[in-house]
Amino acid sequence: MIEVQDLVKHYGPVKALKGVSFEIQPGEVVGLLGPNGAGKSTAMRIVTGFLAQTAGSATVDGVEVVDDPIRCQRKIGYLPEGNPLYLDMRLREALRFVASARGLRGQERGQAIGAAVEDAGLKGKEHQLIGSLSRGYKQRVGLAMALLHRPPVLILDEPSSGLDPNQQIEMRRFLRELSESRTIVFSSHILPEVEAVCDRILVIHEGDLVADGTIEEVCKQVQAPGAELPTLEEAFAHLTDYAPLDSLQGAEVDEVAPLEMGGHDDVA
Amino acid sequence: MLREVGSIYRKEMRAYFTSPIPYIFMALFAGIMAWRFFFDDDTAFFVFDKADMARGFFYRLERWLIVLVPAVSMGQWSTEVDRGTIETLLTLPIRTSSLVLGKFLAAWTLVGICLLATATIPISVSSIGDMDWGPVLGGYAGAFLFCGALLAVGVWISARSRHQIVSFVLTLVVGMVFVAMYELAEKAGSTFGPILEQLSLVSHYQAIGRGVLDLRDLAYFGSMIALFLYLNAQSVENRRYR
Repeated sequence: MIEVQDLVKHYGPVKALKGVSFEIQPGEVVGLLGPNGAGKSTAMRIVTGFLAQTAGSATVDGVEVVDDPIRCQRKIGYLPEGNPLYLDMRLREALRFVASARGLRGQERGQAIGAAVEDAGLKGKEHQLIGSLSRGYKQRVGLAMALLHRPPVLILDEPSSGLDPNQQIEMRRFLRELSESRTIVFSSHILPEVEAVCDRILVIHEGDLVADGTIEEVCKQVQAPGAELPTLEEAFAHLTDYAPLDSLQGAEVDEVAPLEMGGHDDVA
Repeated sequence: MLREVGSIYRKEMRAYFTSPIPYIFMALFAGIMAWRFFFDDDTAFFVFDKADMARGFFYRLERWLIVLVPAVSMGQWSTEVDRGTIETLLTLPIRTSSLVLGKFLAAWTLVGICLLATATIPISVSSIGDMDWGPVLGGYAGAFLFCGALLAVGVWISARSRHQIVSFVLTLVVGMVFVAMYELAEKAGSTFGPILEQLSLVSHYQAIGRGVLDLRDLAYFGSMIALFLYLNAQSVENRRYR
């Protein structure tokens, strides 16, 4: 469904992606992991056609995104990082705009809006100004906008960021429901969420893909011979050069000596 | 294409009119224009004591339009960039040209509505005397086209600057240059005068205002709008390659 080959993106002198390749099959749920500034958002922005790559290729359903972004964008529902919204529009107006921009008309549009409002749990909020909604509801608005045209592919950039623990559980359930009929790629820092939802994870660190596989495979990849299987948290810290594995396993948090604090600015 | 432009246009109009901003613009603009028309020394409606708009209302109207237009254009792209909604827009399956055109037409409509809000002035003038409506309609048409051309510049500037105030000031400066070219043309002598006059937006606007509908004036406005909308689409498209 999504194929990324040797993807490179430079922002001026900053190398955000240094040649990342991966493939995502239809129906898969893939978690994109990595420290802030690793290049996750950049990769998503290239696949959704918001940014053009410096080199390499990104295809959606066999179509190169830079060659025909519109065709690719029709298949994708996208929640950008930070969930940008039109705060001075009413929910219904915003959904109508996205629906008509996506070519939905008349009855079809009404139904799509109704279904998205229902799915995202926004019933009764249609006439509210988006800016007046709580953070959890705003997140649902972003999701409703992404889901409106029932896309086969969902790309969600940190859908759970800023949600309280209960809302995170809800998001997890929501992602699982959605995954029954869709390909989903989402980035997250919430590892329990990733463990609960993903078929596969990709770990990006400093613009490189450092792991690609099921959670078990990734944990095994970093397992030292004879040692016990690390947790996803430990594997993540190891893969992203935060701390060596042996200092992590069995240690209390304050005993861990980080190699260096990841001092990479979020360029995207 | 039309569907795409329409959806952007409607979104912009809805966003305008859920906020108090267009009403403030309209009231302020119409209020200042009415004050100026009836009481300003320059226009001196009550001194001339004639049911005439051409001398008063449209005299140096461009000096006010170059403030109105940047106020409308300044936020067109910079608020999308500031709020991050530019990412929503550019990942919708819509051509960049449709985005630019939809935004421009919505902004132009808003300016048009502000101009229309001043219609109370000719209406009240016509009630006290026999007024020739021809120059009034010509004046409005010219002012609307003048605003369209400056607006195209302003919206393009807004796509290139993140800060609304910077966009406002730059667009105002462009407007001032056009006005200055026109006003200097009178004093520039026989060599440079006509050149300055031909180049300035204002003289083309004045020509239409006199009721002379010349194809060259329309072509001037049309090509200016087309050029800056094209540049605008380029600037937006270039964001992808930053």
